[in-house]
Amino acid sequence: MAGGLANKASTDKVLMKGNEAIAEAAIRGGCRFFFGYPITPQNEIPEYMSRRLPEVGGVYLQAESEVAAINMVYGAAAAGARVMTSSSSPGISLKQEGLSYIAACELPCVVVNMMRGGPGLGGIQPSQSDYFQATKGGGHGDYHLIVFGPASVQEAADITCEAFSIADYYRNPVMILGDGALGQMMEPVEFRPVEEPELPPKTWATTGARGRRPNIITSLELEPALLEELNRRLAAKYEKIKRELVRFDTYKLEDAHWAIVAYGMMARVARAAVDKARARGIRAGLFRPISLFPFPYDSLARVAEQVRAFLTVEMSMGQMVEDVKLAVLGKRPVHFYGRTGGVVPTAQEILQALERIIQNEAPQNANGAWQKEGDAGAEGFWATGGFN
Amino acid sequence: MQKVFGRPEALTEAPTHYCPGCTHGIVHRILAEVIDELGVRERTVGVVPVGCAVFAYYYFNCDMIEASHGRAPAVATGVKRVLPGNVVFSYQGDGDLASIGTAEIVHAAARGENITVIFINNAIYGMTGGQMAPTTLPGQKTTTSPSGRDTARAGYPIRVCEMLSTLDGASYIARVSCTSPANVARAKRAVKRAFEVQLSGSGFSLVEFLSSCPTNWGMTPIDALRWIDEKMSAYYPLGEYKVPEGARQGA
Repeated sequence: MAGGLANKASTDKVLMKGNEAIAEAAIRGGCRFFFGYPITPQNEIPEYMSRRLPEVGGVYLQAESEVAAINMVYGAAAAGARVMTSSSSPGISLKQEGLSYIAACELPCVVVNMMRGGPGLGGIQPSQSDYFQATKGGGHGDYHLIVFGPASVQEAADITCEAFSIADYYRNPVMILGDGALGQMMEPVEFRPVEEPELPPKTWATTGARGRRPNIITSLELEPALLEELNRRLAAKYEKIKRELVRFDTYKLEDAHWAIVAYGMMARVARAAVDKARARGIRAGLFRPISLFPFPYDSLARVAEQVRAFLTVEMSMGQMVEDVKLAVLGKRPVHFYGRTGGVVPTAQEILQALERIIQNEAPQNANGAWQKEGDAGAEGFWATGGFN
Repeated sequence: MQKVFGRPEALTEAPTHYCPGCTHGIVHRILAEVIDELGVRERTVGVVPVGCAVFAYYYFNCDMIEASHGRAPAVATGVKRVLPGNVVFSYQGDGDLASIGTAEIVHAAARGENITVIFINNAIYGMTGGQMAPTTLPGQKTTTSPSGRDTARAGYPIRVCEMLSTLDGASYIARVSCTSPANVARAKRAVKRAFEVQLSGSGFSLVEFLSSCPTNWGMTPIDALRWIDEKMSAYYPLGEYKVPEGARQGA
């Protein structure tokens, strides 16, 4: 397939797995270096890269671990290359130290996380339980990745292709946060030509100090005031990113009384739930964050002026829902429905959760429904006073 | 007037932070002289470790990257794969290379990664205040082996050169010291050969320096050098462990 694709006009539609489409899109986005390590359910990305990158003069290298892979990314990014790595949840945990260094040194790179159920070794079925890790930092220190949660193979390809110029422009790592289902499913995809912003030359790269002073790439700063200055500079960049990179999509939200908030593959199911609700005369709509960092707080806050309540749906025990609450700031009730561990909620289940909210009853504790506010197990040892 | 001795161009004018009697300074100079002699300063990229040499990027007058603890060979791999025409070296201590970074060093060597590694073995964690290292000798006292390293509980030191020499991808492996002018001269020949191996594209090269840490060993600088000659060199024999075919000259 790779050889055939290389010869195809860029506007031709092809049927591809999400993982393979991401790999092809990365190459079209200028990625020429890939450092990977096997883990399910993202193996098609390194496999595709291993046969396709040499065709375009690039380098695929299988690292000895996820730890080594992200540090190879660090070196390649420092040398000025467009570089990517991919993994799935447990492997992404192993990359967190490296990501902290990369973010601190303001090096551009792209990282794909095809999330699987956790915690621990977890499972291999789709999940969204790495949202906190992806959007709030993940490793040590004050930093952020730019995070996108695509909801289709086409969107994953488009965002991945663009991610390299975004990373270069902001000098910041970009994460494509998908899940096992997005990586494994096949959909038609069209590789569109990339429009790149004007990017400054990478004068900071460590390419050899030929006719210039040496470049140093480091995140070490023992002087507190100077380290604070670095953090202030990073924070200013994140503010700029919040102003410029917020992306979201809506579906039938214009006249909605009830807003479902979901991202990635979960939003596909939620969209079907909106249609089911509409068929029953319920004015439901969907708000789908595409950029997860920066999160579309302001746009969601405006939705709060219009709807009666929110239902956040995730393949987790409730992570993005905290950002939804931050956006809504108590103006409207924010409910949650989630399944996790690789269980994907059905449109019917989401509809039922929505109907329960509409009937003004707390979600029942059946089949993964979340507890109501303040229902934190009050019978536990610590809740009853611990050693006292 | 003819200038007969000066600072290598590959060293900056920054005064180093190393303790009196520490051999990091000698190793830096050897490395810088070799970079100058080979004329590669402007295409050299160095990767420095977490440890006493963490600030080495202030001392080498070439492009430098600071790696996380143990990961310098992986970072160097990333640089070298992007810039195969450049000279890439990592500079790592024993905690960095032989403890937390064992996977990275073993696999860089196994891949025949075309980089040069300068390995400083002073048998102790220097920067953190003298804790037991993977290379601490049996019976050697450190802050975390106060009665001396007990091999029954803490196991045995790792001989990195011997271990890496078993790997097909390793091209040049040597162990040297800086305890005498003769040893410094041998050490410089080894470093130069390691860089030449990289320049010829022959694969992975590593030079291990038995290095002194008078501060954490609790010795005078002279006693520290004597301890290297008498104790460390007995456990870690000096010499070339692996030399590419046709390049053997005897260090």
